[in-house]
Amino acid sequence: MSPTVSEDPHVELLPDDPYDAELLANVRPAGWTNPPPARRYNLVVLGAGTAGLVAATGAAGLGAKVALVEKDLLGGDCLNVGCVPSKAMLRAARLYTDLDDAARFTGSVLPSPAVDFTAAMERMRRLRAHLSRRDSAERLHALGIDVFLGEASFVDRRRVEVGGALLAFEKALIATGSRAARPGVDGLEAAGYLTNETIFNLTERPRRLLVIGGGPLGCELAQAFCRLGSEVTIASQEPYFLPGEERDAAEILAQALRRDGVDVRLNTVVKSVAREGAEKRARLVNYDQDVTVAVDEILAGVGRVPNVERLNLEAAGVAYDLERGVHVNDFLRTTNRRIYAAGDVALEQKYTHAADATARLVIQNALFRGRKRLSSLVIPWCTYTDPEIAHVGIYVRNARERGFPLKTFTVPMSDVDRAVLDGEAEGFVKIHVRDGTDTILGATIVARHAGEIINEISLAMVAGIGLKTLEQVIHCYPTQAEAIQQAGDAYTRTRLTPRLKALSRRWLAWSRRGR
Amino acid sequence: MSQPSPSEAGLERLQRDALGYFLRTANPENGLIADSSRPGAPCSIAATGLGLAALVVGAARGFVPRREAAARTLAALRFFRDSPQGEEPDATGHRGFYYHFLDMTTGRRIWDCELSMIDTAILIAGVLTSGNYFSAASDDEREIRELARLLYERIDWPWAVHGGRVVSMGWKPGMGFLTYGWEGYSEAMLLYLLGLGSPSHPLRADSYGAWTATYQWENLYDVDFLFAGPLFTHQLSHLWIDFRGIRDPFMREKRSDYFENSRRATLVQRHYAVRNPNWLEGYGERCWGFTSGPGPGFGKQRGADGLERQFYGYAARGVPFGPDDGTLAPWATLASLPFAPEIVLPALDHFRTTYPDVTSDDGLLTSFNPTFDAGDGSRTGWLCGEHFGLDQGPVVLMIENYRSGLLWSLMRDCPAFVTGLRRAGFREGWLLGSGR
Repeated sequence: MSPTVSEDPHVELLPDDPYDAELLANVRPAGWTNPPPARRYNLVVLGAGTAGLVAATGAAGLGAKVALVEKDLLGGDCLNVGCVPSKAMLRAARLYTDLDDAARFTGSVLPSPAVDFTAAMERMRRLRAHLSRRDSAERLHALGIDVFLGEASFVDRRRVEVGGALLAFEKALIATGSRAARPGVDGLEAAGYLTNETIFNLTERPRRLLVIGGGPLGCELAQAFCRLGSEVTIASQEPYFLPGEERDAAEILAQALRRDGVDVRLNTVVKSVAREGAEKRARLVNYDQDVTVAVDEILAGVGRVPNVERLNLEAAGVAYDLERGVHVNDFLRTTNRRIYAAGDVALEQKYTHAADATARLVIQNALFRGRKRLSSLVIPWCTYTDPEIAHVGIYVRNARERGFPLKTFTVPMSDVDRAVLDGEAEGFVKIHVRDGTDTILGATIVARHAGEIINEISLAMVAGIGLKTLEQVIHCYPTQAEAIQQAGDAYTRTRLTPRLKALSRRWLAWSRRGR
Repeated sequence: MSQPSPSEAGLERLQRDALGYFLRTANPENGLIADSSRPGAPCSIAATGLGLAALVVGAARGFVPRREAAARTLAALRFFRDSPQGEEPDATGHRGFYYHFLDMTTGRRIWDCELSMIDTAILIAGVLTSGNYFSAASDDEREIRELARLLYERIDWPWAVHGGRVVSMGWKPGMGFLTYGWEGYSEAMLLYLLGLGSPSHPLRADSYGAWTATYQWENLYDVDFLFAGPLFTHQLSHLWIDFRGIRDPFMREKRSDYFENSRRATLVQRHYAVRNPNWLEGYGERCWGFTSGPGPGFGKQRGADGLERQFYGYAARGVPFGPDDGTLAPWATLASLPFAPEIVLPALDHFRTTYPDVTSDDGLLTSFNPTFDAGDGSRTGWLCGEHFGLDQGPVVLMIENYRSGLLWSLMRDCPAFVTGLRRAGFREGWLLGSGR
C-alpha cells in the first residue's frame, strides 16, 4: 500500500498563483495520505467529479461506508475546468458588453473601459478557489468518506485497486466523467491548441482566437473572448450552431455572435493548421471556398469522450465502448449488477446537473434496492451564451416522429414587460403542449436569463402541472418569468370557443338588463 | 382608415410594371432572365421560371402579344433542352436540375454556385405553367408543351435525396451534396409537390412526411398557425397552387389549410409591426412586410433617438425573431394580396403615399429602410436601388390570382401538381373533381 499520492494530476493549474494554490490545497492537497482501506465498503466511487461527489456525500450522509477515488482534482471538470471557471469569465464578458451598451440606458455614450483580461481571469481563479472549499478533501474526510487520491482500476468483479490498496465493495459507482475530444485536424497537435482543460490558465488575452466547434462550449467561449477583446473566428461544420437545438434558437444565437463581432463560419471544416513563427495558420474550407486565417490561439470544442480507459473494466465484467462510454440500463446498472455508472461516462446528456441527478438515482438503486429509472428524469439544459438558450423535454421533431400532435405557445420576450424594461427583449419562450390539452411536453427558451426561467417548466413537467395551472400561478410583476404565465394566458384564450364566447355574451347581456 | 386603393386599374398598372422587368432583363436569344436589374447581373433560374409564368399572365391580359410570349417562352425552353447537363463544373445543370446562377449569354454555371433544388423547382413551375397555358395547335405552342414535359420528366428527384429522407438544398461538382436538406415548413413545399408528382423519377411518398416532421404549429399573438418567419415562405407555393379547401394530413389534424395559414401568417406580420418591439421607424398597421432580401448592409448606426442599431445586408428577415433592422419589403406585402386584401390594400396605399420613392415605372423597388439614415434626409431612408426577378414575379402572379385566379385554375389541370398533391396526402376540395 502506498501511503501518499503517487501521481501528479494531469489538469494543469498556475503554479505560482495564490488562488490556484488554494484550489490545489482543497482539491489535491500536497502530501495527502490515503487512509487504510476498510474491510469492505458499501460504496466505492470512482471519480470525484459532480456525480462522484454527490453519490459519495449522499451515501455517507445516509450512513454508508464510502470510498471515493480521484486521479486528478476533486470537483472534476465542473469545478476546475468547466462550468465554474467558464461562467465566471462569461460574467465579466457580459459586464464589458453592458458597459459598451450603456448609452441605451444613460442616453450618452460613456468612454469604454479598457478590458482587463488578466483581472477577469484572476477573479475567475479567486472564485473557483472559493467554491472549491465545498469539494475539499478535508471536508469529505470530515463527512466520513475515505478519500483516495490516485488511479483506480478494477481487480475483479468486487474489488478496486488504488495505489496498491485493495478496496472491496458491495456496490461501486463509475463516475469517471469525460474529457475534450481531439479534433483530428491535420497539423493541429503539432501547432498546439487549447481545450476547456487548458484555456482557463490563460493570463494574457490572445489577440486572435479560432474556435473549432459550434457546440455549447465553442459558442460560449467564442462570445466571451470576443467580448473581452479578442478577434474571434468560430468554425463549425454544421449549418447551425448547437446542432439538435431548435432552429429559431440557433439563428438568434448566430445573429448575437455576429452582432458582437465574432467572425461566424458555418458549414466550415478546419482542414489543417500549421505553425508559422508565433502564429498559427488554419485553413478553413466552406464547400469550395478555401481561406486561411492567422490566429494566436486555437480552442477546440468538438465534443466529449468518456473516460473509460485504464479502469480495467474487463476484469469487473463491465461492458463499455469508447464512444458511448459505460453501458448502463435504465436503472443505471452496468453489466456487473454490483456496479453502476453515472454522469458523463455513461450519459448522452453530459451536464453537471444530469450527473448530479443520476448520482442521486444511483444511491437509491444501488444502496436501497430502488427502481428509479433514468428515463423518468426530466433533464433540462442551458447554453450560457447571451442570450442563453435553454431546453427541456421534447423537441418538435421527436414529437411528430412519435406521433404526438404538438402545439407550441410562443411568447416573444419583447412582449414581456420586465424584459423590455431591462433592455433584454431578445428571444422567446416556447412551450410545447400535447395539442388539445395543456400537458407540457417540453420547452425552449431563448432569453438573457433562460436558464433561470426554464426551471419553472421543469418543475411543471416533474410535478405533472399543466399550462392552465401555470396561468393560475400568480407571478410577481414585473418579472421575466411572467412569459410563462403569458403562455398560459394564451392557452386559456384558445379554450374560449365561439360557443362559450356567445354564452358568456348572452349571460352578461342578461345581467345588465335592468329591472 | 382611408379607402383601400389602388383600384383595379392601379393593380393592373403594378402588374404591368412588374412584368416589364422580365421583358427588359431577358436575353431574347436564350430566354434567360437576370437575377436583378443591376448591370451585369447573372441569370437566376428562379427568376427565369417566374418570368415564364409572368409571360402567361402577360399574354392572358394582353400586355404581351400571345405569339411574342410563346416565342420568348420557346427560346428559354429550347435553351434548357440543349444546354449541357453533366458533372463538369461549367455545365448548365446536372440530372435535370440547374445551377442557381448562369451566365446570361452562355447559360453556363457561374460563381461556383450550387446546383439548386428549390430554384430548379421554381423554374420548372414556370415551365409547367407555360406548358399548361399554351394549348393551341400551332407548332410553337405544341413544342412548348413537349419541352415542358421533357424538362420536367428528366429531373432525377430521388437523386437529390441521396440516401437520406429529405431533399438536399444543393450539390456542387467535385464536392457533392450540401450538408443541409429541406426540412420544416418553407417555400420548399413547391419542391416536394413537384418531386412527388413526377411520372418518371418521383420522390418517395415518405419524403413528404420527413419534410413535415419538423413543422411547428404555433400560437403567436393569439394566432394559431404553421410557423415560418419570412413572409415569402408563405407565398411561393401559392403562386401556382390554390390551397383553399385542400388539406394534407397535417392540416386535417389542425383543421386548417395552407391558404388560411398564409392568411394568418400575413396577419401575424401586421401584429408584429404594430408591436414594433425594436422601435423601428414607420412600422404600424399599414406598414409591414418582412421577408428575405437585401438590406442597408452590415454595420451599426446610432439613430436620432440615441440608440445604436445593427443593420444587415442580405438576410432572411422574419417575424418575430428577425433579424429586424427596420427593412421593409413592399413587394412581399403585396404578394399576400389574395390572402388578406383588407389589410394588404391599405398597406399598399400607405407605401405609395408615404414612401413614394419605393414605386417606379419599373415596378416596386425590393426593399427600403426608413430607420437607416441614408444621409439624404429622405423619409424613405435606405432604398434598394435594384429590382429583383424573385420580387417582381410574385407581384405579377399574386395580383393575377387575386383578380382572376388564373394561375390557380390553370394549374389545377397540371398533372404534376395534382399527382404531387395527392401523393402528399392532400384530399378534398377541388382535388375531388380534378383529373389525374
